Amino acid sequence: MATSYRKPLPNPLNPQASGPFWEAAKRHELLMPRCRRCSHLFFYPREACPRCLSNDLDWAKVSGKGRLYSFTVIHQPGNRAFEQEVPYVYAMVQLDEGPRMISNLVECPVEEATVDMPVVAVFDDVTPEVTLVKFRPA
Amino acid sequence: MSLRGKAAIVGIGELPTQRIAPGRSMYGLCAEAARLAIEDAGLRKEDIDGLVTSEAPSGMADYLGIRPVFSTGVSMQGASGATSVTVASAAIAAGLCNYALIVIGRAREAQAGGGSRGPGSIGAEFEAPFGPAAGAGTGYALMYSRHMYEYGTTPEQMAKLAVDQRFNAQANPNAVFRGEPITIDDVLNSRYVNVPLHLLECVMPCDGAAACIITTPERAKALPNRPVFVLGAGLEQANAHIWQTDRITTTPARVSAARAFQMAGYGPRDMQFAEFYDCYTILVAMTLEDAGFVKKGEIGPFYESTDTTYKGTFPINTDGGQLSGGQPGLAGGFRHVIEATRQIMGRGGERQVANNDLCMVNG
Repeated sequence: MATSYRKPLPNPLNPQASGPFWEAAKRHELLMPRCRRCSHLFFYPREACPRCLSNDLDWAKVSGKGRLYSFTVIHQPGNRAFEQEVPYVYAMVQLDEGPRMISNLVECPVEEATVDMPVVAVFDDVTPEVTLVKFRPA
Repeated sequence: MSLRGKAAIVGIGELPTQRIAPGRSMYGLCAEAARLAIEDAGLRKEDIDGLVTSEAPSGMADYLGIRPVFSTGVSMQGASGATSVTVASAAIAAGLCNYALIVIGRAREAQAGGGSRGPGSIGAEFEAPFGPAAGAGTGYALMYSRHMYEYGTTPEQMAKLAVDQRFNAQANPNAVFRGEPITIDDVLNSRYVNVPLHLLECVMPCDGAAACIITTPERAKALPNRPVFVLGAGLEQANAHIWQTDRITTTPARVSAARAFQMAGYGPRDMQFAEFYDCYTILVAMTLEDAGFVKKGEIGPFYESTDTTYKGTFPINTDGGQLSGGQPGLAGGFRHVIEATRQIMGRGGERQVANNDLCMVNG
């Protein structure tokens, strides 16, 4: 399908391992992989639990609430497709349920970003097929 | 069983770091550095029976025309140089070879260009869509922001770190930034690559190569240079993705330095100078804390109050480090090994440190 979106789309290591995450994002839901053996909730999705290496995994819906664990304001992006966006916040978010994600902080002037500020997930339908999970101030 | 005193660096070779080495291949630069190291050790190429480099070693062995009886590739990113010393020392101590050559380099001109969308990866899936910064600075900026938040570290303090290293580079003929001293204001006024990292807090990608020779203490006695003994070594593997690390303001140096000190029977207070991996200012800062040279969170005030130049009370990155010497790929981290060796051998020239017996190197 034709799209004017020029930024990199998610290019999975293993589409099977992460597929449910991206499908959920399209539904505007945030799912995290969870180990059925040791109950560890983790991110990124992979084929084995990073705590116990079990392959017996499923998915758990999480609140989307978290904190800005750390961030950097990008002035010189690695990919030129982001040049029109600078400066923007590249964020490390710690979800209340524990896992961490990389994302962007949106709906917030860059100078107002602070470490540890509460944030909440928003869903950005960047193409008809892909929704990125971003965060705004809570 | 320990590596303590069982292997020594006996020769070094380092090419001047350049932005681009025209018409040179990585192998060609490495062969030159290897030759310098072999000559410096007072050896002949035929003596070399061990090879450690940062990729599968067959191409290097072929190019160098050697058939080592111990060889391996140590693919440890920036830590490849320091880790190669550990691996080569272990091979020497175990009797797997007698004279091990470590050689690492880079030349970009002769490298084939890629271009198409690469294979999928965790980074390509969960980082790239959000626009990380150019270079490797994204993760280090995240650490930096968090370190500022947790400990009150300031960009002014990190600028002092960069300025001290730049001062050292003025006394290093091989440094890419020789002839360009800087001030704290220069650092703070340089543009942001990504906040809080200013341009002058980031390494400059360069071309170059370096090499060293490691042998047994007995064989070292017969050779011309003051042997530089490996007294201890330690390692802790870092995460590939910084967001997978629990406490991003604590580096693997906390574990690796403790293990190295334990093997050596020395502590941070015994060290007379330090050569620490420095792709970005904040990494030197955090690893010095984690290695125990200052209390966690107090590196900022330490830099404010301490002259860390080669003339100072605690010299750090006496050749300018990578920040001011340049980063020739994986040979960038290796430069810390080379400079520590040079200083201990008493060959620092204009930048020779006064006390040169004990140094910690971090890859």
